[in-house]
Parts: sequence; structure tokens; C-alpha cells
Amino acid sequence: MARMKFLCDAERCIECNGCVTACKQEHEVPWGVNRRRVVTINDGVIGAEKSISVACMHCSDAPCMAVCPVDCFYRTADGVVLHDKDLCIGCGYCFYACPFGAPQFPQAGAFGLRGKMDKCTFCAGGPEPDRSEAEFKKYGRNRLSEGKLPACAEMCSTKALLGGDGDVIADIYRDRVARRGNKGAEAWGWGSAYGQPPKGAAPAAAPAGGKS
Amino acid sequence: MKRAALIAVVALFAAGCMEVEQTVTAEQRQAGSTVKRDTAAWNNEPLANGPKWAKGDRNSWEEQIKKRQLAQNESVRIGN
Repeated sequence: MARMKFLCDAERCIECNGCVTACKQEHEVPWGVNRRRVVTINDGVIGAEKSISVACMHCSDAPCMAVCPVDCFYRTADGVVLHDKDLCIGCGYCFYACPFGAPQFPQAGAFGLRGKMDKCTFCAGGPEPDRSEAEFKKYGRNRLSEGKLPACAEMCSTKALLGGDGDVIADIYRDRVARRGNKGAEAWGWGSAYGQPPKGAAPAAAPAGGKS
Repeated sequence: MKRAALIAVVALFAAGCMEVEQTVTAEQRQAGSTVKRDTAAWNNEPLANGPKWAKGDRNSWEEQIKKRQLAQNESVRIGN
């Protein structure tokens, strides 16, 4: 059974925002809603600037699904987390629960009124009949039903963003890391994520101008 | 006094009768179990000019989409 996931390689992402544009264009996402966005840290710092493309990560144990008071979320057979806009009440609990900030709320009226939640669907549409107009209007295009992968991943020019079965894309990433050789402590950010090497050990090479 | 006590007891029992049953079944308690009306991707007819699989056959759909996933690895795609 496939478990559809995204994986973004920060060593490859060039912050072109092609994934963001592809998503917007593919699903005709309204103004103010960003199902996918590129996050950059250390902007402008040579050697330390890193970008990553973020959207719904289709968690195996999704917190949005756990907190939804109307239980509008569901998981498809291939592991994609989707929701039913006919049930959503726009309460925003999922937004607070999501560690990736994936749920988006269109400004549906005056006084900051929140509309129904919108998020990345892994290009799998929603609970309306597949490829129907109703599905497109509410959830966007259903590319999985056409035998295709999400538009963002297929559009990515540097193939930083991978989409597909978790095992398959993890294998691709593993192969890539082995080829380029920066695995373990040589990788940028290792020190921040996993701590500094013990005293007396050879320090890892830090990029110029950046803090690892 | 006796009458007031009787009214209080009746009111107490009536309040109990008005209580709505709120216990849920184990199935309802499971998050993500409410929405059941989505169609699986492999139950669709392939597009005329798109990737092909046998309608309703999950394995053939997974096989073709796996090829597409592997094509994201340029080292394999260009034979490096």
C-alpha cells in the first residue's frame, strides 16, 4: 500500500517558486490562499541560505484529523489526507494543530470572517465525483485519478521536491545523498539539529559566512 | 411543604428524562471515519492521452505511478 508523501531537498531548492506557481495555476487557487509556499532561512547569507518547499505533508497520524470537531478529514487508500468542505465549519482548529501551517482560510466576507479550510490535496481532489466540475471548484484538479503525480513535484526544475510513495522517494533521496557525499555531520545544519561534535573530535566543515 | 418537596422530586426525575444520550460508538470515535464518499484513483478510466492502467485494478495503477515516481530520479532517467 502506497503512502503518498512529499520530500524537499534543501540542498537543491533554488527558491524559484515554480512549485507554488504550478499549484496555483493547476487548481486555480483563489487570491490569499497558498496551498504551497517556499520558506527560506538565512536569506542573503552566502553559503547559509537554504530554502524548502512546504505544504500539507499528509501525515500518517495527522493532528488536523485528530482535532477536527466535525471530523471532516479522511485518509485515502494511498495515504493522502483530504477533507470534505461540505462538513468543514471553518473553525480553524486544524490550523492551530498543523505543525506546517498547511490549512488555509480564504477571507470569505467582512470582519475577518473565515471561509472553509483549503489545503494541499496531493492533487487528489476531494470527496466529489472524480474529475467533476464540483470537485475542481472545491478542491482543484484530481491528477492522481489521471495517473499523474502532484503538479508541484512534477514541475520542480531541480527535482528538489519529490512526491510519491514514501519508500520510493526516500530511496531516491538516499541515492542522491550517497552520490553527493554530504551525509551525516558534513551536511549543513547538522550541528543545529543534532548538536555539536564532542570535545576533541574533528569539527565539521562549516560553510563560509554561515552558522551550522 | 409536602407539596413543594413533591414538585422538586418530580422536576428532578423529569430533568433526568430529558437527558440526551451522548455516548458514541467505537467507530464514531475514530477520527477520519465520517467521510466515506470518495472514489479511489484507480477506479477511473485512464485519459486517452495520459498514463494507462486497467480500470479498477489497483496494482496496475500503482505500477504505472511508481514508474512516474522513479522518473524523478534523474540519475536513473539519464542512465548515470
